[in-house]
Amino acid sequence: MKFLISLHINPAVLDALTDEEKAAIGDGHGKFMEALKKSGELITTQALADPSQAAVVTVRNGQPVVTDGPFLESKEYLGGFYLIDCEDKARAIELATQIPDTAIVGLGVEVRQVMFADGPLEA
Amino acid sequence: MTETAIEDLLRELTPQVLGALVRRHGQFEGCEDAVQEAVLAATVQWPAEGVPTNPRNWLVTVASRRLIDQMRSDHARRERESATATEVVPQDVPDTDDTLVLLFLCCHPTLTAASQTALTLRAVGGLTTAEIARAFLVPEATMAARISRAKQRIKAAGSSFSLPAGAEREERLRVVLHVLYLIFNEGYTASSGTELHRADLAHEAIRLARMVHAQLPEDGEVTGLLALMLLTDARREARTTAAGDLVPLDEQDRTRWDRALIDEGTELVKTSLAGPALGPYQLQAAIAATHADAVTAEQTDWPQVHALYLILERIAPNPMVTLNRAIALAETAGPPTGLALISMLDSDERMAGHHRLLSVRAHLLEKTGDTAGAYEHYRRAARATASIAERRYLESRAGRLRT
Repeated sequence: MKFLISLHINPAVLDALTDEEKAAIGDGHGKFMEALKKSGELITTQALADPSQAAVVTVRNGQPVVTDGPFLESKEYLGGFYLIDCEDKARAIELATQIPDTAIVGLGVEVRQVMFADGPLEA
Repeated sequence: MTETAIEDLLRELTPQVLGALVRRHGQFEGCEDAVQEAVLAATVQWPAEGVPTNPRNWLVTVASRRLIDQMRSDHARRERESATATEVVPQDVPDTDDTLVLLFLCCHPTLTAASQTALTLRAVGGLTTAEIARAFLVPEATMAARISRAKQRIKAAGSSFSLPAGAEREERLRVVLHVLYLIFNEGYTASSGTELHRADLAHEAIRLARMVHAQLPEDGEVTGLLALMLLTDARREARTTAAGDLVPLDEQDRTRWDRALIDEGTELVKTSLAGPALGPYQLQAAIAATHADAVTAEQTDWPQVHALYLILERIAPNPMVTLNRAIALAETAGPPTGLALISMLDSDERMAGHHRLLSVRAHLLEKTGDTAGAYEHYRRAARATASIAERRYLESRAGRLRT
């Protein structure tokens, strides 16, 4: 079963962390990725650029309108994700608990099952 | 020989060659890689140069050579790193069909179901890692890591290359059958995505079940599982519309069911039911055979379906079985009786919010004339499923009630 583990981050929360704490998060993700690769459960993982760099695209009367900034005005935004293939939802949740963000108040880790997939997987 | 025929031959020979190699050299992991390489070499060479007179020996020879090369380079590396290491090379053994032993090994209880299926498809089914990855829609690297981890685990568990005895054998055989069942289901109903059936996996599961059945013709559950697969696969063509939409059992065009598969499956069910023991696969196959026997949905022998579910519920209690029994009960005793039965499942946390419970309730409410309740439950069921085909079907049922 495929799941998307999305990481919702809050820059204010991250800024308030000490350098050691920030380094620990980096290490934690590194170890997590390594373990997922070894167990054959990782499909892909990506981290996204800052939401200030995002563009919201709409088409009105056939005309594209592009506005800068994120779609949702919020303190938290999507920072990245892990796309995994594992046994069941319980395993996906167990894996999510190994993500360092789960131990930090103000950061969100969400698990959702994938319903449709297409395209080359060797991204 | 055509390429397809060569492919079939290679798939058939894979477990035999692997078995021969493991008997000769021990170390399942190394042998498994060597056999894959030999099979790949054959895929390239045989169509061009012709199939050797004794293809099995050809594969054993090529795989052994690969394995010995591998052992030599490992050995050289160890020599550099530390002191000595002597390879124990077991004596040659006579021809034996090791398919069962391999299946028991690949379905080792220390492995997750995902690893068991992957390893079974590769070592016994003779599929390449790339093919397995494609079937499960994951990158090849992901599948390769999963297979390699599985082999390490088997090595760590220190299992011997022999059939387990007594009660353990029974227990392990159940795991093997479950893995074959999972492969079949993965092929028949993809657990997610638009593709409702990935035919190759279903056919592969049937092929493997036939192999096990040939080895254990007296085992009622093996026979039952094979029958269940054949009877289910017989409905494949009728199960979806040309557009890929799901067609429920009672609306399927039964003239499109595969008669040959039904006849074979029904015959197997009869044989297995005549045996001494009765197991879950036999009962599920008997239920499938009862449906197959009805020329129209109206002619279904629901009392018999219900009786079979009742026995199944007794020997293998499971809320999903109770849910299916409720459908049969509704047909024999009326929808309110079926609804009363499923209300007992509400407190079962395995079923809470499950789309099957919601959709069966919707179906039964529809039959009682509670349109609003049925609409609401179809909608909730549609949201709860992770299958696009099922969601589309449930939404269309809800849509019908709205007008």
